[in-house]
Amino acid sequence: MTTVAAKPATMAQALTRAMRDAMAEDPTVHVMGEDVGALGGVFRITDGLVKEFGEDRVTDTPLAEAGILGTAVGMAMYGLRPVVEMQFDAFAYPAFEQLLSHVAKMRNRTRGKMPLPITIRVPYGGGIGGVEHHCDSSEAYYTATPGLTVVTPATVEDAYGLLRESIASDDPVVFLEPKRLYWSKSQWSPEAPAAVPGIGKALVRRAGTSATLITYGPSLPVCLEAAEAAREEGWDLEVVDLRSLVPFDEETVVASVRRTGRAVVVHEAGGFGGPGAEVAARVSERCFHHLEAPVLRVTGFDIPYPPPMLEKHHLPGVERILDAVARLQWEN
Amino acid sequence: MTVQELPGAGAPHRVTPPPAWRPRMEAAPLLPDPEPYRVLGTPAAEELDPALMRRYYAELVRGRRYNAQATALTRQGRLAVYPSTVGQEAAEIAAALVLEEQDWLFPSYRDTLAAVARGLDPVQALTLLRGDWHTGYDPREHRIAPLCTPLATQLPHAVGLAHAARLRGDAVVALAMVGDGGTSEGDFHEALNFAAVWQAPVVFLVQNNGFAISVPLAKQTAAPTLAHKAVGYGMPGRLVDGNDVAAMHEVLTEAVKRARTGGGPTLIEAVTYRMEAHTNADDATRYRTDAEVEAWKAHDPVQLLERELTARGILDEEGIREARDAAEAMAADLRERMNADPVTDPMDLFAHVYAEQTGRLREQAAMLRAELEAEGE
Ligand SMILES: Cc1ncc(C[n+]2csc(CCOP(=O)(O)OP(=O)(O)O)c2C)c(N)n1
Repeated sequence: MTTVAAKPATMAQALTRAMRDAMAEDPTVHVMGEDVGALGGVFRITDGLVKEFGEDRVTDTPLAEAGILGTAVGMAMYGLRPVVEMQFDAFAYPAFEQLLSHVAKMRNRTRGKMPLPITIRVPYGGGIGGVEHHCDSSEAYYTATPGLTVVTPATVEDAYGLLRESIASDDPVVFLEPKRLYWSKSQWSPEAPAAVPGIGKALVRRAGTSATLITYGPSLPVCLEAAEAAREEGWDLEVVDLRSLVPFDEETVVASVRRTGRAVVVHEAGGFGGPGAEVAARVSERCFHHLEAPVLRVTGFDIPYPPPMLEKHHLPGVERILDAVARLQWEN
Repeated sequence: MTVQELPGAGAPHRVTPPPAWRPRMEAAPLLPDPEPYRVLGTPAAEELDPALMRRYYAELVRGRRYNAQATALTRQGRLAVYPSTVGQEAAEIAAALVLEEQDWLFPSYRDTLAAVARGLDPVQALTLLRGDWHTGYDPREHRIAPLCTPLATQLPHAVGLAHAARLRGDAVVALAMVGDGGTSEGDFHEALNFAAVWQAPVVFLVQNNGFAISVPLAKQTAAPTLAHKAVGYGMPGRLVDGNDVAAMHEVLTEAVKRARTGGGPTLIEAVTYRMEAHTNADDATRYRTDAEVEAWKAHDPVQLLERELTARGILDEEGIREARDAAEAMAADLRERMNADPVTDPMDLFAHVYAEQTGRLREQAAMLRAELEAEGE
């Protein structure tokens, strides 16, 4: 077997390639959404797919999110595997009726007779200077909805591997794409993509001994940077990337925190009722005797997403993470 | 007032008309006739197919009896709720009977009768309303989508399924049912628009029974008729007497044929009346008069067909008795089976949330199992 040399590739390219490969292998995979055809989507993630697979399989739909997801439900009922693109996080909201009442529940309502293998790709989060309604961190709405799988890659490798898994899944998957990482690069080979662990598995991205940073998606690079910076302060931080919010890999998180005795959860979404609240609660329940300090959270503020000129004050950055880490030197 | 007369206007100035996005078709062929289409009681009734009409008659009688039995079961506490279709049987049954085996029916929460007329076991059809589970049948096996409670949300599903079938080269038609109130929902608009743009083989059947719970049609829409809504999407709209089963059959058959042969979607408004309350929880006397109900009684779908068929010698006393006996037998069977307590398995709560149970659900299932075992001890 010839090994294909990996060269720098972006997360955007890996996502495109994942859809392309899935469509080539499985004729039931269909891509649909606003502007996904000739334009290749506003982020060009579906670039070139319509040329290769035609308009029957890569469809520019009318501009109607409930219609897009609602028709995808019917297509899935007939045996297709729709991959739906929602143009931006906040524009998925018109489709929530379909998502919550039908997509998430069809397997359950029909007692397993009618699973819906739909992948819903949602570019989410901030940090790109977008105007309002283009930067929401909407993950808590999805994680609060039983029946949905919620996945969010933070690396180029995961973008490919997790999207392939999502498309192959017999359950509906909300695939959250951290849009500010679309252009992040990695040595990655589209010809021979390395296998990555599947949905539901968290990964330790950096081993450490003095505390654990638990994060996902857009905040992973920030946490890795914070971990480097913390070395100067004498902290050796472990960084866990959740990769999948539902199912949540409690075991990897718990094992890490039991090793380090301290934990900070980091995400862009607001803290109140955000995924970090769930993670912190689980860690407290299962690591109580191992904890040297309370589990802390570093999150976006509990505010509507701010205008571009102010977003840097909202997004959890290295400084805020380091402050939290300093507070882990708990003395009661 | 012409342009020149406008104060301050100079010489009339000419512009070349811009290259326009032009309307693609004339609206006229899409417009519904203003009067609901009727067959019974008109000269067109001479063409009725006796065998088909006898079948319809038997189904209508059975449907009426089914409605009565289901309502009785609510009173006895055997059903949590039953939205009756007394008065609407013609539309319900024609919707089921015009479909071929490979076609799909997308019923609303009210359309149990259509599902039963399509051949679904009445007990399975009532699972949702009885409360033992959300859906009592395999939708793929019967090609009947789950009875849909959120209004109009099943319509885009029908479009997607029909579209998928067409992409695969299958001659499948999807027939989706919705009430007059449901036509105000955004999903109604999105479904019709997608269907027309994709030329999907779908038939939308609106049963205009006068009310959405208590709200009359006049407060629901300012459109001339609900069928008119079709024109804006670029599909034909048809207005039909929903109590005239022969007219329903004809209009639906034509729309199904149109869809099957690549002609695209049709919107049909069946004008009918809900003779009973919205459900057993509703008090219909608060929003309508007895006189209105009485007037519609004279236009009862079962009576209309019975009168026509007996007058034409297609149906006799014996035929009527046979239909009634068959309906009684169905009701007795339904009663008996519904009087048995449904068997539910609490562990089913966790069985069908995901293909593979999550760790969280396994934990919660273990907790419930322990509670059940403790109860059993
Ligand atoms: C999205 C949504 N909103 C509200 C309701 C509550 N609701 C149930 S039936 C109904 C009236 C429906 O009227 P119509 O569409 O005319 O159908 P009908 O019951 O007359 O057959 C309402 C408001 C619902 N089921 N779904």
